Amino acid sequence: MDLVFIAQDCINGVLMGLIYGLVALGLTLIFGVLKVINFAHGSFLMVGMYVAYWAVTLSGLHPYLALVIIVPAMFLFGYWIQNLLIRPIFIAEKNVREPITVIIVTTGLWYVLDNLALLVFGPDYRALAPNPLKGQMLEFGEIFISVPKLYGAIATLATAGGLYLFLQRTRLGRAVRATSLDREAASLMGIGQWKIFNIAFGIGTAVAGISGAVLTPFYNVYPTVGIPFDIKSFVIVVLGGLGSIWGALVGGVIVGLIESVGPNFMASTWTEGIVYALFLLVLFVKPSGLFGQKQDW
Amino acid sequence: MALLDIENVNVAYGDVQVLFDLNISVHEGEVVSIIGGNGAGKSTMLKTISALMQSSSGSIMFDGKPMHNLPPEEVVNHGLVHVPEGRRLFSLMSVRDNLLAGAHNKKAYAVREKTLEEVYTMFPRLEERQDQAAMTLSGGEQQMVAIGRGLMACPKLLMLDEPSLGLAPILIAEIFRTIRAIADKGLTVMLVEQDVKHSLSLSDRGYVLEHGRAAMEGAANDLLDSPYIREAYLGI
Ligand SMILES: Nc1ncnc2c1ncn2[C@@H]1O[C@H](COP(=O)(O)OP(=O)(O)OP(=O)(O)O)[C@@H](O)[C@H]1O
Ligand SMILES: [Mg+2]
Repeated sequence: MDLVFIAQDCINGVLMGLIYGLVALGLTLIFGVLKVINFAHGSFLMVGMYVAYWAVTLSGLHPYLALVIIVPAMFLFGYWIQNLLIRPIFIAEKNVREPITVIIVTTGLWYVLDNLALLVFGPDYRALAPNPLKGQMLEFGEIFISVPKLYGAIATLATAGGLYLFLQRTRLGRAVRATSLDREAASLMGIGQWKIFNIAFGIGTAVAGISGAVLTPFYNVYPTVGIPFDIKSFVIVVLGGLGSIWGALVGGVIVGLIESVGPNFMASTWTEGIVYALFLLVLFVKPSGLFGQKQDW
Repeated sequence: MALLDIENVNVAYGDVQVLFDLNISVHEGEVVSIIGGNGAGKSTMLKTISALMQSSSGSIMFDGKPMHNLPPEEVVNHGLVHVPEGRRLFSLMSVRDNLLAGAHNKKAYAVREKTLEEVYTMFPRLEERQDQAAMTLSGGEQQMVAIGRGLMACPKLLMLDEPSLGLAPILIAEIFRTIRAIADKGLTVMLVEQDVKHSLSLSDRGYVLEHGRAAMEGAANDLLDSPYIREAYLGI
């Protein structure tokens, strides 16, 4: 076996893993604040990819420039979904800390969004056009690096860093953290729970939008495109620790590496088994994940 | 007119009524103690004032404005600030971030650096520990953060729910001294306590809450001297 191949697979694994981490970032952020898993997160990614696809198709912008349209559009989408659809359930079950009905509603939303996409856009696989990043490679001797994936990995680090600074350094970020730790105490400090929930949902959805812009240059868009990413995101956030930004990135890289390096040593169907085995192992051994804080949610 | 006026307030958890036709008022500049045993309804009263709970009837007026229809985050904007029982700090956030989170409302945020300095002057230990996560502090230090966080909101009336809870006697004395010092600066304070002796001795007036009703009220000194209080609450 050639070391160059392994190095190549490692690079691919890290790049793709970071992009998985980006998708998981939105999920982990929403969980961190609302304490409920958003089962529609994959569908939000799908919406983000279609928004990116159409923003680029209609405006002719570079997909990364189109972020100026995608991010606010997706933020507002998530903000209003939470405000109109999820908040009423929290209010109806205000004595339940993690209302199971929210999970049911987000699952319903997943089906509705995926089927709406099928209805409106049809089942076609759509490739981004114009696509300035199409098939671009950087060459280092025998090693090739996919430019769109490299850009995606950089976008992931920038997004995670930006989120971290927002949460640590700003008034609103501090309010988001306070709400995630103790909603009631936060409201006693003048921090409105529902506004923070809306904003957190908006940000998580905007991150799904960024993921959409990152993925479309090398990944086709279709109505159920969110599902494989959705499942990976759950695994990743559990690996890294629910609610942890850096945990999502590390979890993503672990999954990316197993997926890309693993097939050198075994049939590639086995790699998925390893990912899930690791998922279960973490749940058994350290349920708070690699970076999760051991505390009462 | 009183700064805070609670009139005929009734509150229930589901079918279980906890507060019955409660009437309490606090005037500007006063320190008022609310004393009563476990389950008397003291915390429920504070939660109702700060709008964490809804009353089924009655009115709560603060500074001449009705509070009973506002959400909790807006009550704070009027300067009515509740420091909850058990401290309820943001456990993983630093001491400094806990304090700054207290200054979330616009008015308080504008003067946060100045208030932060005042809080640090009052509790020098908090400045030494400002970068430490709140959950790693001792109980006494945590109570200082809880009070400091309340002060950061720039209250007109500070409501404290059992600040002495779970503290060693020497720390209790220190916390009560601090509360008196805060009041001496002109802040109006409502102090909910089970430590009857300490709290009444630093208060101007007091109410005795029993089974959700105001059983007695009066000047703090009179309450301290009353045979009933001496027997039922001070064990003398
Ligand atoms: N969430 C709740 N659900 C139902 N009943 C409650 C709830 N919280 C408090 N109660 C009841 O309401 C009554 C008053 O409780 P409250 O906490 O106001 O008492 P308290 O005077 O603050 O007591 P303590 O000094 O022990 O803190 C108690 O009988 C209590 O059992
Ligand atoms: Mg109490």
